[in-house]
Amino acid sequence: MRSTRIAVYGLVTLLACIYLMPLLVVVLNSLRSTPDIFRNGMIGLPHGLEFSNFTEAWSGLCIAEHCTGIRGYMFNSMMMTLPATVISTFFGALLGYAISLWRFRGDMWVFGIITLGVFLPEQMKLVPWVLVLRDLGLYNTVAGLVLIHVIQGLSFTTLFCRNYYVGIPQELMKAAKIDGAGFFRIFWRIVLPLSPPILIVTVIWQFTGIWNEYLYGVTFASGDHQPVTAALIALAVTVSEAPKYGVQSAAVLIAAAPTLFVYLAGGKYFMRGLTAGAVK
Amino acid sequence: MKAARRSPGEVLPLLAIWVPVLVSILYVVGFTLYTVWIAFTPSTLLPEYGWVGLKNYVAILHTRNWNIAAANIVVYSVCFLALTTFLGLLLAVLLDQKLRGENVFRTIFLYPLAVSFVVTGVVWGWLLNPGIGIQKVVVGLGWTDFRFDWLVDRDRALYCIVLAGAWQASGFAMALFLAGLRSVDADLMKAAQIDGAGPLRTYRRVVLPTIWPIFIAVFVILLQFAIKTFDLAVALTGGGPGISTVLPSMVVYDFMFQRGLLGRGSAAAVLQLLMLVAVLVPYGVFRRWQTLKAARNA
Repeated sequence: MRSTRIAVYGLVTLLACIYLMPLLVVVLNSLRSTPDIFRNGMIGLPHGLEFSNFTEAWSGLCIAEHCTGIRGYMFNSMMMTLPATVISTFFGALLGYAISLWRFRGDMWVFGIITLGVFLPEQMKLVPWVLVLRDLGLYNTVAGLVLIHVIQGLSFTTLFCRNYYVGIPQELMKAAKIDGAGFFRIFWRIVLPLSPPILIVTVIWQFTGIWNEYLYGVTFASGDHQPVTAALIALAVTVSEAPKYGVQSAAVLIAAAPTLFVYLAGGKYFMRGLTAGAVK
Repeated sequence: MKAARRSPGEVLPLLAIWVPVLVSILYVVGFTLYTVWIAFTPSTLLPEYGWVGLKNYVAILHTRNWNIAAANIVVYSVCFLALTTFLGLLLAVLLDQKLRGENVFRTIFLYPLAVSFVVTGVVWGWLLNPGIGIQKVVVGLGWTDFRFDWLVDRDRALYCIVLAGAWQASGFAMALFLAGLRSVDADLMKAAQIDGAGPLRTYRRVVLPTIWPIFIAVFVILLQFAIKTFDLAVALTGGGPGISTVLPSMVVYDFMFQRGLLGRGSAAAVLQLLMLVAVLVPYGVFRRWQTLKAARNA
């Protein structure tokens, strides 16, 4: 049995190394000079630490015709992700509560239709969004992307919250109603205080999903209004003649840092969101 | 006047429920119907309100792009499904062995999910680039005729997307399988061991058969990932070399925004949706059947 244990540990460690390799490569390359990477390949240890890669990626790198680094795009992503996460989570909680506890005629139909939104491919919504954003004057603005992600996100947040709130006993609702509490009072006083676990899951899920989204970002924003995912692709195109692997690695690392941080900090809540979002 | 005006205390909840509900329904149903309808119109750069019947679909189905994309999505889905399920199951069974440091391993296998498809595509693009990536490094170690140049090979570049996709999604499959394995009755496993079954046999004969519904859930979720794949392929191959790795989602985008043919692009989007429907509707029926069966047995 001992030899099996050793084999299990050996195999799992080997696999862990393979899964870690891409991250490790990016971290190491963000500290290497581009000529060094060209000479010795992507996988190697730094000779001397090129911290200048980070300063150039942050504020000097040319993406399309703007030579101001990815700073502005990171800012766009933040300004898109934070409000969209908060607003979609709030309305998801409200709707989840209305559907699961307050109940109204046709609530199961409403829930069914809203959850269909989880499965619809983004490609089905591109043309309608073009028209809506144009009519609202939000084309090529961060506000337009916030609107898209709030409405798109409602499907997920409502699903998460509803499935959590069905676990709250109806007796609690009845007692509160007898005491004369209305829709909002019950929401603030009873439902929200019970909600932190699911709200954390929802916020993590929304933050990660919106930060990492690419198709809407590249379709509905251009130039220096784009989120950082679109900027990374634009960067790869800009430098395709003369790649700057060191600086690009630093840019990739900066762009991936917020969601990686949320993942490491959120841990088990991230896991729960995955399984809840998947097998509802 | 009997119909007294509703007090603000009654109106506000109605607004708070029905405004987001109506927006959501308009979004899910209205947007979908609109795109379905545009697919029947001669729209080019802007929506036009004529009727061309199935002309856009016929035109799409006769383009080389779509035919390559349709063949690619089948190959990609099958390979992605097979590799990701295999890796996910392997990782789950390994982590189920009461390892020391299980949390650390789980964190490592799941972190790719926190990273965007764009980042995954860019980084794997570097690793698989024969000029600077894995091939160059192995050659540099002295194995001079080592070749790993799938990324620039028309017939193999698609498998690069499979590799990167499996790297990203297998942790997810692992999480679902692990939850399933942990729910298997410990007595059942003990009984199998007492009967003299080795660990592999216990898994094959006892554990895996009891968690088969999880296999179906994993398949369905991964399949819908596969059908929606866009960013990863854009970042990793950009559809190349040539158009050898285009996927349906990329054909949609190409028609809509690069060629300015909204009608054709919408038709392609509807075809992509139909693929999803073909996966999800049977699954919905299956879930329904499962709940009914469970209710009957209860």
